[in-house]
Amino acid sequence: MTKITSLADLKRIKEEVQSKMKLRENSSNPDRVVQVKVGMATCGIASGAKEIMRYFIEELEQQAVDAVVTQTGCMGFCYAEPTVEVILPNREPVIFGFVNKTKAEEIIDIYIKKGELVDGIIPITFKTIDE
Amino acid sequence: MKTLSDHILDIVQNSVRANSTLIEIMVEENKKSDLCILKITDNGCGMNKQTLEQATNPFFTTRVTRKVGLGLSLLKQNAEMACGKFSIWSEPERGTEVEAHFQLSHFDRPELGDIWNTLYLTILSNKNIEFIYEHITEKGSYKISSTDIRNNIEGVSMHHPEIRNAITGLIKNNISKLQ
Repeated sequence: MTKITSLADLKRIKEEVQSKMKLRENSSNPDRVVQVKVGMATCGIASGAKEIMRYFIEELEQQAVDAVVTQTGCMGFCYAEPTVEVILPNREPVIFGFVNKTKAEEIIDIYIKKGELVDGIIPITFKTIDE
Repeated sequence: MKTLSDHILDIVQNSVRANSTLIEIMVEENKKSDLCILKITDNGCGMNKQTLEQATNPFFTTRVTRKVGLGLSLLKQNAEMACGKFSIWSEPERGTEVEAHFQLSHFDRPELGDIWNTLYLTILSNKNIEFIYEHITEKGSYKISSTDIRNNIEGVSMHHPEIRNAITGLIKNNISKLQ
């Protein structure tokens, strides 16, 4: 593969990708999308939230789960970073603490895909910090 | 924070929370003058004088989820540890500018790190904010904006692995050309 050095290269890759893929459903069906928010304030970043966020993006895409992965601020659980908030469609948000790659895999396989709860939930009545 | 990229990821969150619509990030690595500069400018809500004075105080924060605010104080500490300096300017309704200087060759200077991943994740998470990143060295400079990226991948999700690799590769390759 040639090295990408210009925006024209980026566009070329995009066109290649576009020709290969069929349109994903998630744009037409927003209430079926899983939301994953990774806590990325100072505390999260210092504990390696960046790698965890990348991992979620890669895995969810690879396993073809309709999901939006974004950053969020500090949820006040600095002791348990990296923290990840998962919102399944029509369900209350759930936060997982001390998320490493093994935990992330468990969250994807068991909670996101099957809807069964896994250990590591921060059990305080939680309200999402984004209004 | 181990790398400048981590600091950027962190400080940019301040700008995001300040409802900025434009965030400019500039990194300069100049071997000739042995200087490394990190500058982040936003057009967010800014701070008044009292808040600005408290901004680098680790026991000050405007958020309500916790009682400490370490982002700026850690950057200041790292800059000062690496024979550099730290400055912050802000005006209500105008925006904020954070600037940190480091001695480039200093042992305690945080290395650049994977800035391409930082930018990718930040742009991905903040769809409504325009980001401009500029990298300057003694050899020249490279500038890229989130609008450029978005315009060139219209119709395809940023999450797509090939698109992700293309975006991070684009930034990485252009920076390494300058180093």
